[in-house]
Amino acid sequence: MPSEEHGLRAEDLSVGYGGPLILEGLTTTIPTAGITAIIGANASGKSTLLRALARLLRPAGGTVLLDGADIARQSTRSVATRLGLLPQTPRAPDGISVDDLVRRGRYPHQRMFDQWSRADEQAVQRALELTGMVELREQAIDRLSGGQRQRAWLAMALAQDARTMLLDEPTTHLDIAHQVEILDLLVELNHSEGRTVVMVLHDLNQACRYASYVIAMAEGRIAAAGEPSEIVTAEVIQRVFGLAARIIADPVTGMPLCVPEGKAAGTDQRRVKKS
Amino acid sequence: MIAALPAPSPYVLGAVAASFAALTVVLRRPHLGPVATGRLRWGAFSARLQWRVVWLGGAVAAITLALMATGLVVGDFPVPAWRALATAIWDRGGEFDFVVNSLRFPRVVVAVLAGACLATSGALFQSLVDNPLVSPDIIGINTGAAACAMAILLVGADPALLPVAAFGGAVATAAVIFLLAWRRGVSGARLVLVGIGINALLAAVISFLLVRFPIEQVSAAATWQAGTLAAASWRNVLVLAAGLAVLFPAAFVLARRLRVLQLGDDAASALGLRVEACRVAVIVVGSGLAAVVVAVVGPLGFVALLVPHVARSLAGTMTGGVLVLTALLGAVMLLSADLVAQRLFAPTVLPAGVVTAAMGGPFLLAILRRYHRAF
Repeated sequence: MPSEEHGLRAEDLSVGYGGPLILEGLTTTIPTAGITAIIGANASGKSTLLRALARLLRPAGGTVLLDGADIARQSTRSVATRLGLLPQTPRAPDGISVDDLVRRGRYPHQRMFDQWSRADEQAVQRALELTGMVELREQAIDRLSGGQRQRAWLAMALAQDARTMLLDEPTTHLDIAHQVEILDLLVELNHSEGRTVVMVLHDLNQACRYASYVIAMAEGRIAAAGEPSEIVTAEVIQRVFGLAARIIADPVTGMPLCVPEGKAAGTDQRRVKKS
Repeated sequence: MIAALPAPSPYVLGAVAASFAALTVVLRRPHLGPVATGRLRWGAFSARLQWRVVWLGGAVAAITLALMATGLVVGDFPVPAWRALATAIWDRGGEFDFVVNSLRFPRVVVAVLAGACLATSGALFQSLVDNPLVSPDIIGINTGAAACAMAILLVGADPALLPVAAFGGAVATAAVIFLLAWRRGVSGARLVLVGIGINALLAAVISFLLVRFPIEQVSAAATWQAGTLAAASWRNVLVLAAGLAVLFPAAFVLARRLRVLQLGDDAASALGLRVEACRVAVIVVGSGLAAVVVAVVGPLGFVALLVPHVARSLAGTMTGGVLVLTALLGAVMLLSADLVAQRLFAPTVLPAGVVTAAMGGPFLLAILRRYHRAF
């Protein structure tokens, strides 16, 4: 089955933390060499799906297949060379430098005696170059700005040299400019290196803009999945977020742009003042 | 009966003041600049070399040797310096054989090995919970060993059983802390809090034993409890060397895993580390190292807490190389503490544990001042 050789797939996947199931009988195939965004309301199971794909959670039923084989039956090290993860708001130990952090990403490639090979050194250098962190490599992580810090962690995950990268809300706690910077960087990595990117995103419009494939989750199931232009409709938004919205074309990219039908300060406040 | 202490030796006081000043400077270094590194390659073996760690390691090893030589030379019984070294190394036997080879030599070797064990143990625990204020003596492992050992001393069992009891006490305490802290995995903060609780409980047990038993039995136990190298023998050396030979390589291998574990459980798992297995291994090796020392010289405080911190200030975050440096610095700290203990009020000798605590207290305060982070 050559088509099954590379890639990440969930089959009839159910996950629970001992109590009721968070994910129920979920089946999906992550497009190889694409950018997939997992979206959904709070508690819809989107982070749980990502964590199950990353093997951080043991499925209550079903399997996650990495390169055609059950991920739970493969060695931890071997999975780590093919599947990387950037957790949500990771915390670095006190006072470590960017360089030190990125080097730790080489762990799955190191052996008892082969502790620091030329390949390790090159991978670190390359990760720093790709993320634009070469100049800052000696800086302590806790002295960086939020955006720089996130780039440093991204460099760590890149040094791991995994074909598929999972990211849990890579833009939380960043201002809008840094959010765009990180997402642009992910697109570049996807284009230049052909890496598969899977990320949980909070912002629906960012998902439409940056992802080639969107998985919309609702109540532990996939409500819709496909290209953003196909699946992001007012009806899906209503179903996934319980939100009345209009979908217009993004003036920059032509992709769907979701505009909620809520109240607006401008009109409302004037009314309050008058009365 | 309390004998008045003789006047403190001005030389020893001067040396203590000088080393304090030097260490204060070390601890005040704000941030380490770029580190020159190289890559070592030898057949299938490759490793990353930090030149700073290499030369620091050499320097600290030289200081260790110098302090060992000092320990052979100085003492109440006057032995000419040259004769002391000769008797110890190439001209064994002769008139000073007993003083040098049965009293002083095993004592300095025990100090080196015990210091190295304690410092390594402290470094493992501090990296495990990513908190510089943790060590086996704070989370109750030393106290557990001490409680067991004192119980043995006080009920009048064969004193030869003491090391066995102390080791058993340390391992049992570590196991209890670990089990109580286990909630589908062990979190660092939980481990520390449980450890502090256990430590308080065991300290109460020791106090109870001290007031419950006759004074003459208690006084011997109390000296042991302060931690002393006065009874060091070649048999002690053997026990410590065996422990270090097994546990230090294990600690060295764990250093690389600890670096990954420090990134948090999710990131560490994603990097291919078996997180819980790694934690268990670190706790077993760390407790084992502390237990061996308590079994031989008693629950010496503060070495495990402070030395890893000094090593970090000098050489940066945990690596295998930094762990070796930490062990060497532990040797230096315990050797110098024991020398001070012997010579400060000579001929009255203090337990080394009193000196490590007296040196440790001020440093602990200095560290607390330096850390802005809340614990």
